[in-house]
Amino acid sequence: MNSIRRRLFIILLVATGAIWLSAVLWIQHSTRTEVGNVLDRRLQESAQMVASLIERNGGIVGPDTAALVDEAPALPDTGQHDFARQLICQVWGFDGQLKSGSSGAPPVQLGDGHEGFSEREVDGEIWRVYSHVDEELGIRVMVGDTLGMRDRLVHGVAIGLLAPAVLILPLLAALIWFAVRRGLEPLDKLADALSGRPATDLSPLKNSRAPSELRPMIDALNGLFRRVDGLRERERSFTAFAAHELKTPLAGLKTQAQIAALAQDTGTRDKALAQITRGVDRTDRMVRQLLDMTAVDNAIDSTQPSTQSGARILADVVDELAGLAQARDIALQLKTEPTEWRTAQAALLAPALRNLLENAIIASSRGASVEAQLTRDGEKICFSVLDRGPGISEADRPHVTERFYRGAASSSDGGSGLGLSIVATAVKAMGGELHLAPRKGGGERAEIILPPAPSVTPF
Amino acid sequence: MRLLIVEDDPVLSDGLSVGLGLSGFTADTVGTLADARAALGSSDFAGVVLDIMLPDGSGLDLLAELRKTGSRLPILLLTARDQVHDRISGLDAGADDYLGKPFDLQELAARLRAMLRRQEGRASAVIEWNGLRLCPATQSGQIRGKNLRFSRREFTILQSLIEHPGRILSKPQLEERLYGWQEEVESNTVEVHIHHLRNKLGREFIQTVRGIGYRLSGPADEGRPQ
Repeated sequence: MNSIRRRLFIILLVATGAIWLSAVLWIQHSTRTEVGNVLDRRLQESAQMVASLIERNGGIVGPDTAALVDEAPALPDTGQHDFARQLICQVWGFDGQLKSGSSGAPPVQLGDGHEGFSEREVDGEIWRVYSHVDEELGIRVMVGDTLGMRDRLVHGVAIGLLAPAVLILPLLAALIWFAVRRGLEPLDKLADALSGRPATDLSPLKNSRAPSELRPMIDALNGLFRRVDGLRERERSFTAFAAHELKTPLAGLKTQAQIAALAQDTGTRDKALAQITRGVDRTDRMVRQLLDMTAVDNAIDSTQPSTQSGARILADVVDELAGLAQARDIALQLKTEPTEWRTAQAALLAPALRNLLENAIIASSRGASVEAQLTRDGEKICFSVLDRGPGISEADRPHVTERFYRGAASSSDGGSGLGLSIVATAVKAMGGELHLAPRKGGGERAEIILPPAPSVTPF
Repeated sequence: MRLLIVEDDPVLSDGLSVGLGLSGFTADTVGTLADARAALGSSDFAGVVLDIMLPDGSGLDLLAELRKTGSRLPILLLTARDQVHDRISGLDAGADDYLGKPFDLQELAARLRAMLRRQEGRASAVIEWNGLRLCPATQSGQIRGKNLRFSRREFTILQSLIEHPGRILSKPQLEERLYGWQEEVESNTVEVHIHHLRNKLGREFIQTVRGIGYRLSGPADEGRPQ
């Protein structure tokens, strides 16, 4: 059952019904006891009354003496049942002779002959009898009624109680239904507020007037809104950035193409064509970095079932960049310590390594060498990329990992301000550390230090 | 006309320098705001082509700085951000013109000519002086019904003189208009170009003011015996 309203309604209804039922049972039980006591007392009083009348009458027991029992006080609240008529009286002599019996009295002795209450079954009916023994007159006065009559009386009382209950229960159900609806109204209001929102509205829900039970949920929702808003903001700034950043190289390409078309001399034309090739390479790198950035952002939210060897990932990246290194006359040196280290996060590690290595190659002057290393430092895994380029300037160092930050030096090689931010994002998601430091003897030393078992931290 | 180009993309920067050179401009390029400030402080430029997103800040900041100091230097903003509100904020910040990337090289040259023309207080694309009609767009001219063609440097000297007809321009002033930083200044080139111009326009069209420089002769000088 998925509706809280229905669940609450049924729980309340069953609980109320059960309480009603036990109340009825308890009332019936106490009524039975009470009625029994009252009737027993009447039996006793009637027997004593008949005996005292006989005594006053000089001990003479006439045939209609037993009918005196009809003078016994009627029961209160007996309603349509004429219980007063249900009393039976017998007057027995000590000699065992029935001296008098009221109408409807069976011919057999009802009581057991001793003073007090007794029960006896006669003709399928159980009689409850009080016997009064008068030693002086030598008689036993027995007054009784049937248990059937008593039950009818008790039932009458119980039905008198149940009848309003049957009427009241549906009324109660309606009341409970209404109360539950009213009680759950804040939920309906919240649902209305949410469903009425356009997709672009991520403003926080007001929770000042919400019930305290809903506040944690509203706070959680507002938190989610904030995160989604942040993500959307990031995506928006990313798209705007990508569009703007691609326009500049496009403008460069168009300008150079127009120069090639306008130029009168072959020297100018050839130079423009060379610039076009350069521009396409740079634009290609920027597009690749944009894709890397998206890939890293996506990889953060997903895990890959299979693991890959760290040494293999590094070797693949070095392979991939061999062409670029060759074109720039850079010697790429790969040094790998033997290690069994594997990771399920190749989708994060590979772009990080590729961007570090690409930066190092582009920063190096012709004929220099760039080293890519995989070493173990105790439990930790360390990937390092070393070059002999100019290094990161001290002014830029605190900002280089910010997304879209371009240092003054990066403009000459046409950096997009993405590379190191991709590396930093990926390393953070892998639970590792990124160290960028000047290398002894000139150049830059970039290190990615990863824990032995890579763990994913929430972005 | 010497321009300063502030653009950090190397391919585009090179393209602007070469491409505007083809349209008769002399262009110097810088890639950062800091370099742009240094260049503007040390040399005299006829106008600036300014990118907005630069590595060390926004081109709009430089624009605001220049306008605050009362500079009337014509500035054309060249940027990837070319939404209407970007253009409005750029023009309101004091830019003379605005062009979104990517752009047409010829359109950029035409806009720069128009911008510089307005700076000189002219509305017409053709400059007229003393019977000479000069057309900066085609770097050509007409005098006494005769069509003339000029080299880029000849035209730059002629245009510099014709924009301030009474003013005397010194040889170094003319050299600064002729050469960018990368170009080596050859001695007596200005004299050579003046010589060629006099051959095309007539000896008395450009006067030599001894020890100071050159200027154009006014209409009043025309009747003087040669």
